[in-house]
Amino acid sequence: MAKAKFGVVVFPGSNCDHDAYHAAKHVLGGQAEFLWHKEGSLQDVDVVILPGGFSYGDYLRCGAISRFSPIMKEVVRHADRGGHVIGICNGFQILTESGLLPGALLRNRSLKFVCRQVHLRVENNTSAFTSRYRQGQVISIPVAHGEGNFYTDQDTLAEIEENGQVAFRYVEADGSLTDAANPNGSLNNIAGIFNKEGNVLGMMPHPERVVEQLLGSDDGLGVFESLLLAISGEEPVLS
Amino acid sequence: MFKAIITVKLRPSILDPEGKAIEHALQSLDFKALSGVRIGKLVEMQVDAADRAAAEAAVVDACRQLLANPVMEDYTYELHEA
Repeated sequence: MAKAKFGVVVFPGSNCDHDAYHAAKHVLGGQAEFLWHKEGSLQDVDVVILPGGFSYGDYLRCGAISRFSPIMKEVVRHADRGGHVIGICNGFQILTESGLLPGALLRNRSLKFVCRQVHLRVENNTSAFTSRYRQGQVISIPVAHGEGNFYTDQDTLAEIEENGQVAFRYVEADGSLTDAANPNGSLNNIAGIFNKEGNVLGMMPHPERVVEQLLGSDDGLGVFESLLLAISGEEPVLS
Repeated sequence: MFKAIITVKLRPSILDPEGKAIEHALQSLDFKALSGVRIGKLVEMQVDAADRAAAEAAVVDACRQLLANPVMEDYTYELHEA
């Protein structure tokens, strides 16, 4: 079977696109393509990655303008067909703006840009994005954002929790849930969520930045390995 | 031709830390009578429409589709004949 193909969408202002490409292609050993946001085709990719950055300079609201890029129509169609989509940081913001994920990302509670390593607890390891982690596993992944404060109305929040749509939560190193571990004020310490069907993931932390021990940690690689396993049924053989 | 002035603000139920910070600064300047500070965005635009109803429809549509995110924001607008 052909290797899983990852498509990294490039918006004007994306700046984590090469990291995502590198993680998918060189570290994981999958196929990878850059997809310019004006393109009308996804070129048969299996997984769409909406990378981090400041698409359209974060004008109006983060992700508000990118969601109208021509390729987003195809991304929505891909997701509706059950295709996998992962939005990281600015990509998560684009997913909420486009309605593929519920909620919104508000200004950080501190009003400051937060750039540091945080601990995440894997809340649901039954998804295509998280199967390579243990349930409840604590991983260390960096965040770098000014608008990552996950918000939604109480009814939607209850629904997200009940459906097991929470992928990751900000926690202490020992896995305990505290307010101090929450870098941005997100409701219920939510760092990442799935859509109801489980084929779309949005997360503020950057797994693509921690995929090699050489660079300090490979705690983020599990997200990419899980996708490879889900799509081509391959157990990753890492170089 | 009309001129629209649109104001977009966080919904009242959402904490506005920027407004709070400004409120604290005002308090420290001794503006004791000022409270409830909220920060928003102001969008100005020309609307080419045959009549007020058409102009209003266009503005509301623009607010719903792009200018405000209903999950977190409310909008109001004024419409002036230009």
